[in-house]
Amino acid sequence: MAAPKGIWKVITASSVGTLIEWYDFYIFGSLSTIIAAKFFPSENPTAALLSTLATFAAGFIVRPFGALVFGRLGDLIGRKYTFLLTLVLMGMSTFLIGCIPSYATIGAAAPLLVLLLRLLQGLALGGEYGGAATYVAEHSPANKRGFYTSWIQTTATLGLFLSLGVILSIRRLVGVQEFTSGNGWRYPFLLSIVLVGVSIFIRLRMAESPLFAKLKSEGKTSVNPLKESFGHKTNFKMVLLALFGATMGQGVIWYTGQFYAQTFLLTKCNIEYEQANTIILVALVIATPFFVIFGSLSDKWGRKNIMMVGMLLGVLLYRPIFQQLYNLSDPSKKEIATTNRGFKMEGDFGAFIQHASDTTTYTDGSTLKTTTKQSLIKGEKTTVKELTLGQGIKWQMILLVAAMVLFVTMVYGPIAAFLVELFPTKIRYTSMSLPYHIGNGVFGGLVPFIATLITTLKGSNPLSGLWYPIGVAALSFVIGSLYLSNKINKDVID
Amino acid sequence: MNGLKRYLGVLWIVVGIAAIALLIYSAATNINAAKGDIGKPIPWIIIITVFTPISLGLIVFGWYAVKGEYDGEIKT
Repeated sequence: MAAPKGIWKVITASSVGTLIEWYDFYIFGSLSTIIAAKFFPSENPTAALLSTLATFAAGFIVRPFGALVFGRLGDLIGRKYTFLLTLVLMGMSTFLIGCIPSYATIGAAAPLLVLLLRLLQGLALGGEYGGAATYVAEHSPANKRGFYTSWIQTTATLGLFLSLGVILSIRRLVGVQEFTSGNGWRYPFLLSIVLVGVSIFIRLRMAESPLFAKLKSEGKTSVNPLKESFGHKTNFKMVLLALFGATMGQGVIWYTGQFYAQTFLLTKCNIEYEQANTIILVALVIATPFFVIFGSLSDKWGRKNIMMVGMLLGVLLYRPIFQQLYNLSDPSKKEIATTNRGFKMEGDFGAFIQHASDTTTYTDGSTLKTTTKQSLIKGEKTTVKELTLGQGIKWQMILLVAAMVLFVTMVYGPIAAFLVELFPTKIRYTSMSLPYHIGNGVFGGLVPFIATLITTLKGSNPLSGLWYPIGVAALSFVIGSLYLSNKINKDVID
Repeated sequence: MNGLKRYLGVLWIVVGIAAIALLIYSAATNINAAKGDIGKPIPWIIIITVFTPISLGLIVFGWYAVKGEYDGEIKT
C-alpha cells in the first residue's frame, strides 16, 4: 500500500520539532554537574548535584501539568497551534538558561531563575508530545499507524543523541577547562534558539489535523476537555488503565535503559566522562532503528504483546546487566600492569594543598587515574577516580547498554499508536498526554533521583537503586498483561 | 478471566494504600535520623507530594476493577 500523500512531510515537521524539544530538555540533565557548581552553591558536591537533580525532577514533575494545560488547548483550538506554542516556550526557556549569570555574579537570583526556566521547560514538554503523536496518528492509515507514529518515538532518543553530540563537540572545540569553568557550557543552550527557529518555520507551513479540522467544522469539538477526560468514568477508567498498565512501566524501562545507565557508568563505575557518554551514544546508534521496527511490527502483532515483552525483559535482566557493567569496571577484578605515582604541592603559607595522582594501567588495556587533593591546613580530602576502559571492555559495555535500549524500543516504539487508539478524537490530546507524562515524567523521570536515594540507605549496594524501576515495571507488566487486549482499535475517527 | 481481574482489584487497592503508608513511614524514620541525603526533608516532600495522588489513582483503579469496569476485552 502506498504512503498517504504528504505523510512524510507531516512526520518530518512533527518529529523535528519534538526532537528539538527533547534536545533542549536533555542538555540540562547532561550538564547537571556543571550547573550544580554554577548555580547551586554548596561545600558538599553531592548536595549540589542532588539540588540539580531535584531541579531536574521539578522539570519532570510539572510535565503532567503541561499535559493538562496544553492538552486542553489542543482539544479546544487545534493540534497545530498548540504544539507551535510549546515549541516557542521551550526554545525561549532553554536559550535564557544559557544567559543567566552565575551565583557568584547575581547571588540567589541565579538558582531561582534556573528553577523557573526549568519549570517552563517541563510545562512545554508536557504539551508537545501529545500534540505531535496525535497529529501524526490522525494523518496515518489504520494499518500503518504504529509504523508512522514510531518516528515520533525516535525523537526522544535522537534528542538525547543530539544533546550528547553537541556537548561533546563543544567540549572538544573550546577545551575542557573553558567548557566546565568558563562559558563553554552555555553554548548548547544558546544554540537552541537557532534549532527552534528552523522548526517553527517548518511547522508554520503545515495544515491542521484532518480529523480535528472535520470535528471543528461540524461543531463537535469538546467544550470542556478536562471534565470529559477525567470527570467521566467511561474515559477516566481508560486513563488509569493506560497509566498503570502501560506508561508507568514504559517510563521506568525507558529512563533506566538510557539515563540511569548513564548515571551509573559515571558515578558507580567511575568511567571517564567522555568515554561514558560515547558508550551511551554508540549504544543509541545501534538500537534506535528498532523504534521503527517494533512500531511497525505492532501493526501486525498488536501493541500490547510487544510492550509487555519489553517490560518483562527489563524486569528479568536489569540486575544481571547492571551487575555485569559494574564487574567490567571493577578495578579489584583486573590485573595490574603498571602503577605510577606523582605528588604536587600548591598554595602559599595560608593554604597548602597536596595533590597525589596515581595512574594504574591494567592488562585489559584499562587505565585508572586516582587524584587525591588534601588541604594540609584544614585536613579536608577529596578523591576523584576516572577509569578509561580498554577497547574490548568498552565494546562489551556498549553491547550491554544497547541491549537495554532495545528493551526501550519495545516498550516505547508502539506507545503513541496505543495511546491514540485508546481515546476519542475530541479529547485525545488531553486524555493521552496525562498518563504519558505521569508515566514518563514522574515514574520514569524520577528513576535517577529515587535510585540515588535508595543507594544511600543503610545496607544498600550499588545495584540497590534498581529495585525501584524493576518493581514498577513488574507491577505494570501484571496489570497490562491482565487488563489490556492485544486487538488493535483501527477506528480513531470517533 | 473476569473473576481474576475483579479479585486482583483488591490487591491494587492494598498496594495503593501500602505505597502511601510506606512512603510516610520511610520519611518519618529517615528524616533527621539518617545521615546523608536520605535524611533531608526536601526529597521526601517531593516524592510524597507526587506519589500520593498517583497511589490514590491506583486505589480507584482497583475499585473499578472490583466493580467489573474492566470486564471483557479492552481494545488497544
